[in-house]
Amino acid sequence: MKLLVVEDETELLEVIQQSLEKQSYVVETAGTFNDALEKITSFNYDCILLDIMLPDGNGLRLLEELKKTERSNNVIIISAKDSLEDKIAGLDGGADDYLVKPFHLAELNARVKSVLRRKSLNGSNKIDLAQLSLDLNERSVIVNGKDLALNRKEFDILSYLVINKNRLVNKVSLAEQVWGDHMDAADDYEFLYSQIKNLRKKLRESLSGVEIQAVYGIGYKLAAV
Amino acid sequence: MNLLNYTLKYLYLTLLVVISIWAVIFYVRMIDEIMDSLDDGLENDKMLVIQKVAHDKATIARAGFYEHNYSIRPINKQWGLSTKDSYKDTMMYTLNEKDLEPFRVLTTAFKNDGSYYELKVVASTLEQDDLIRSLLYSLLGLYAAILISILVVNNVLLRKIWIPFYQLLARLKVFRLDKDVLIETTTTAVKEFKELNMTVAALVEQSVKAYGSQKQFIENAAHELQTPLAISLNRLELMAEDETLSNANLQSIGQVITTLQRLSRLNRSLLMISKIENKQYGEVELVVFNTLVNTLANEYQDFAEAKKVQLSLVELEPFSVMMNRDLAAILISNLLKNAVTHNITGGIVTLTISAAAITVTNTGKQEPLNQEQIFKRFQKDSQSKHSTGLGLAIVLAVTKLYNFELSYSYTGQHQFTITQQL
Repeated sequence: MKLLVVEDETELLEVIQQSLEKQSYVVETAGTFNDALEKITSFNYDCILLDIMLPDGNGLRLLEELKKTERSNNVIIISAKDSLEDKIAGLDGGADDYLVKPFHLAELNARVKSVLRRKSLNGSNKIDLAQLSLDLNERSVIVNGKDLALNRKEFDILSYLVINKNRLVNKVSLAEQVWGDHMDAADDYEFLYSQIKNLRKKLRESLSGVEIQAVYGIGYKLAAV
Repeated sequence: MNLLNYTLKYLYLTLLVVISIWAVIFYVRMIDEIMDSLDDGLENDKMLVIQKVAHDKATIARAGFYEHNYSIRPINKQWGLSTKDSYKDTMMYTLNEKDLEPFRVLTTAFKNDGSYYELKVVASTLEQDDLIRSLLYSLLGLYAAILISILVVNNVLLRKIWIPFYQLLARLKVFRLDKDVLIETTTTAVKEFKELNMTVAALVEQSVKAYGSQKQFIENAAHELQTPLAISLNRLELMAEDETLSNANLQSIGQVITTLQRLSRLNRSLLMISKIENKQYGEVELVVFNTLVNTLANEYQDFAEAKKVQLSLVELEPFSVMMNRDLAAILISNLLKNAVTHNITGGIVTLTISAAAITVTNTGKQEPLNQEQIFKRFQKDSQSKHSTGLGLAIVLAVTKLYNFELSYSYTGQHQFTITQQL
């Protein structure tokens, strides 16, 4: 899988690149509008992360250029603009998703995977890990051939952790993902813990071969045992 | 009372006073002229009678009001010499009116063949009460005619002249800074309205520009602040994935992440207040709060449970209002979060929705909060390290934007009420 990250902030570009490379993607970068335009017209990418505020041009124009190439590109806009009009303009312009800065790397990772999965077009939306098999469409989990009964939140937590397997998932990011955007203002995340505790127990008892590790003070990580 | 009728009110009053004063002066002068002319006539009659008497002495015997307009009676010399011409008003019986009518009488004395006579000459004069009545009616008629014609002119002509003004007013009423770019004005021949149109158009253009640059500034500020935050947060997240780090290192990283997240939240909240106050949340729709509150209460359920706080919802009636959906959600979630955060273990939060108001009641500290302070920015409970102190300030900004009434009261429990102004 080959990705292009278009971002004028070199440092942000660097961390995004590092994070995506951890997922074993081939990551190319562009720091300017012209640089990005050149790469887009010459190469084919599976997914493009696009900052729309570039010093030498509007990222939305790159979207237009992409449309002209008639290749099926997947574009995720990354922007500090969080107004509804900007989101609508981006999505109407042909972007598949819109991510507002600052974002968690786990969130970015999940969005990229979701876009890539949609692109693979084989209809199924399954992720296998150790003895686990998650069906994201059916929202079901099979462990060792048997259904694992999970409530909505447990499933959401597990799928987010599985998508970000072996990666550290910040608890704020997890809370936003599972409980909704308004939970980002919660002053602590104790409420996460009871769901995680139940989920851990279920994963252990079903011999799933994975476990949720707590990373002190930051969040959680799903790893095969 | 609109402008047209407002000026008319004063015009009518002034006209009433002017016409009344004019009527009195007119009346006095007219009576004066009439009397003068009557008196001249009587003077002439007097001379005619005296002449007649000089020619024909029998005239004296024939005189009398029964047949003539004069009467003569003899008087003594002393009286005759002391009598001077005097004019008087008197009443006499007339046949045609069958009543006493006013007459003007000239009383004088003359000497004929050494005898003195008193001569009275009369002339029918006008009935003053009739004149006054007639004058009053005419004036009332005139007053009414003036009033009606002014009213007609005002309503037909002036209204037409004022059309551009009222149109401008109507357009200003519906003008929206976040939607409209300029204001349309109606062409007019009136200089003042032309100036008004030009001034308003210029003002609107200026406001739109200021609004635009303010909006741009807020967006740029968001971008400039969020980018370094994003870089730092993401870098720390990557760093924390390093397996070789000790727990102590991870804890430090975690603390920095938490602090940066707070900074990011603070930044977002401040920008949000600024955007609300600058009316940058344009899109409005009919928001049914019952559904919204249900959804949010659900989202906050786990958060409340972890704090051992019981959330309950009492829906009495539907509460719906035209507003921005995001702001509605922000409003409720801030109140909810506030009620749960500043609660006690085993406490309760009750949300009550009626047609006019939404009330959030919660247990907490056993003392009322300072009403003056709670809605101010950065006003926070010292025990809560994580809150930004902006939650209720945002609530206040949203309620102000939509003219809701926001009130706080304490009756053993803390109660926040949002009331729709109907």
